[in-house]
Amino acid sequence: MPLTFYNTKLADAVNWARKYSLFQYPFVTACCGMEFMAVWAPKYDIARFGAEFPRFSPRQSDLLIVVGTITERQGPVLRRIYDQMCEPKWVIAFGVCASTGGFYQNYSVMPGADQVIPVDVYVPGCPPRPEQALDALVLLQERIQRGEGHSQVVLKQERGYEVPLAAIRPTVRGGG
Amino acid sequence: MADALPFSLGGNRRVVLGEVEVSDFDGDLPTEVMPLHMGPSHPAMHGTVRIALEVEGEKVKTADVQIGYLHRCFEKEAENATWTQIFPYTDRLNYVSPMLNNVGYALAVEKLLGIEDQVPERAQYIRVIVGEISRITDHLTCIAAGAMELAAFTVFFWLIKGREWLWELLEEVSGARLTHSYVRIGGVVADLPEGFSAKLREVLGKVRLAIADADKLLTRNKIFRDRMDGVGVIAKADAGAWGLTGPVARSTGLAYDVRKDHPYLVYDRFDFDVPVGSTGDNFDRYAVRLEEMAQSMRILEQALAEIPAGPVIVDDPRVALPQKHETYNTIEAMIAHFKLIMDGLHVPAGEVYSFTEGGNGELGFYIVSDGTGRPWKCRVRPPCFANLAILTKVLPGLFIADVVPTFGMINMIGGECDR
Amino acid sequence: MAKIVLDRMREGFTAGEIIETGSMHGNEWARVAPCAWRRVAEFLRDDPATQMNLFVDLTCVDRTPREPRFDVVLHLYSVEKKHRVRLYAGVAEKDPAIDTLVPVWPGANWFEREAFDMYGVRFAGHPDLRRILMYPEFQGYPLRKDYPKEKRQPLLRRLPGSV
Repeated sequence: MPLTFYNTKLADAVNWARKYSLFQYPFVTACCGMEFMAVWAPKYDIARFGAEFPRFSPRQSDLLIVVGTITERQGPVLRRIYDQMCEPKWVIAFGVCASTGGFYQNYSVMPGADQVIPVDVYVPGCPPRPEQALDALVLLQERIQRGEGHSQVVLKQERGYEVPLAAIRPTVRGGG
Repeated sequence: MADALPFSLGGNRRVVLGEVEVSDFDGDLPTEVMPLHMGPSHPAMHGTVRIALEVEGEKVKTADVQIGYLHRCFEKEAENATWTQIFPYTDRLNYVSPMLNNVGYALAVEKLLGIEDQVPERAQYIRVIVGEISRITDHLTCIAAGAMELAAFTVFFWLIKGREWLWELLEEVSGARLTHSYVRIGGVVADLPEGFSAKLREVLGKVRLAIADADKLLTRNKIFRDRMDGVGVIAKADAGAWGLTGPVARSTGLAYDVRKDHPYLVYDRFDFDVPVGSTGDNFDRYAVRLEEMAQSMRILEQALAEIPAGPVIVDDPRVALPQKHETYNTIEAMIAHFKLIMDGLHVPAGEVYSFTEGGNGELGFYIVSDGTGRPWKCRVRPPCFANLAILTKVLPGLFIADVVPTFGMINMIGGECDR
Repeated sequence: MAKIVLDRMREGFTAGEIIETGSMHGNEWARVAPCAWRRVAEFLRDDPATQMNLFVDLTCVDRTPREPRFDVVLHLYSVEKKHRVRLYAGVAEKDPAIDTLVPVWPGANWFEREAFDMYGVRFAGHPDLRRILMYPEFQGYPLRKDYPKEKRQPLLRRLPGSV
């Protein structure tokens, strides 16, 4: 058997393990968080797909789910959390606010989380039904199985951009 | 040399960083005040807020609550939208009880228009019914999230299951589970579906059982009581001076409920009690919310029994869209429809402050109109903005672990606080 | 229904501090001279006939092009007497400033910070006047009528290829 056969099978096995053991980081900001809670809840159980455990630390998670509106003030925070995650990492933008800014077009709302981090799957809806959230998760899992690369890789391929660690000056008082 | 160090070992020995010799010291560990940020992305900061703590060991010395991470510019958007287009924005204010925001805003505009007594009675009953269902979902979410943060996950699943049934019911009524936009100026957009009363009664029975289960798990649970009793005490004298309203104020003993003191819609026809606490600690806030859900269900039973038949929106073409069959068949109705959609309904110039009982307290809408189809200013008086401000006074002196249930029981909803 | 409040205000302040009073849509209101803002507030809180002990709301209205441009609007309520009142104070556009009400009701703290953040009105004597809803690097006052709704001031450079 040629060596590539084993390499392919190994890659398949690793992807299979990755897709069914996603540790999610729910970056919850707004109303979509309520629907996201419903996705966790027993009726639309997300545990069936292996992505049950929320890990509220970027060091321990590999799926960043941006749930809700991202404001300009929140931008550096979101970016820093994304930077702290280890590769491979994937991003789901949950809801129209995280995808494109929703119906908010004003001085404070960032028009989509993909302005500052690369996004793999966009889920429209205001808020999306839980079935849409599960569909997005399944789409992402199929993508992981196909070995299409995570968000950093895709961004490099599509836009030729390497996402550097953003240098964000920490502030203590006054927010930032 | 040693003074340039950011810290110093206590006692009478000072050790310079970088030196090989490490002398033994006979002092205490350093007790400088350490800054610690909780949030804005934190599992217990539901909604998104940063509490910049300065801690000494585990005790909090100062707490600076920094909000604004969800500022979605409700007022600026409202100044650019017609009066009816603002309803979806109000949904996203207190997004766990959206119907209550819709109702509050509609009442304010109806006051300015002067048509508050022309709203049909059936519409008023429907507003009360969906409003109280929203209040139950608000308190369910608050208690569920608060319990989850204290690691009572089972309670979270049971109460969210109860909330799910109510959302399915509201989805039949309005078409959306969470952001309904169901209320309109002059009434509601459509009538209740067939068989709604029977379904609601059945769901209320099931929700009662779920709440009773959660109550059994929490109320006399030693761990829960130890974490909540005597923690985060707010004095009654502070409640008025800091502008607290709603369950947070009632838990301190300040008996103010807009539904009882200044009844609006048809609340004066119902027989219900308002639970008032005594100590103002976290447990009182939890108990007040638990009891308020039972009282809301009482109101719902009475409203379902008394609701009359009739139209659900006022019959004035300058205010409400005409019926669809008329719009398609008569020219007057079509022109009225066109004008209402394009211009917005014209509200006479003036100002009004209209207040209702939202999920968190007195939800006020201060509306300034200049006579056109768009508001000049549409301000929301957010109850949890004032409720959250008192944390700067309550948190110092608590442990870091106490911040979590205290913040949870204040029930800050980001959409309402930051608007 | 809150006529007693307006009457007591007119009795308590006779030197022209109460410019105008009225009632519209069931809300009693009074326009107060800005120099007497704090004294009127303390009077309303302490007077036994009015007893305004619940601080409800403090905001600002941009009345462009009228002079004075900003109206600071205060809503008060009395839990025992169950009456409410609205107070206005006109603040000029050039260097808008008015007294703080934090010593009278501590709850005014955040509301005044928000009025400063959104409109630029300074509150003299406020213990901690800084932005509350917007980030400190934000320039300008967004709810003024001349601030365009869609003028963003991003904190972070966008990824290339973003719209």
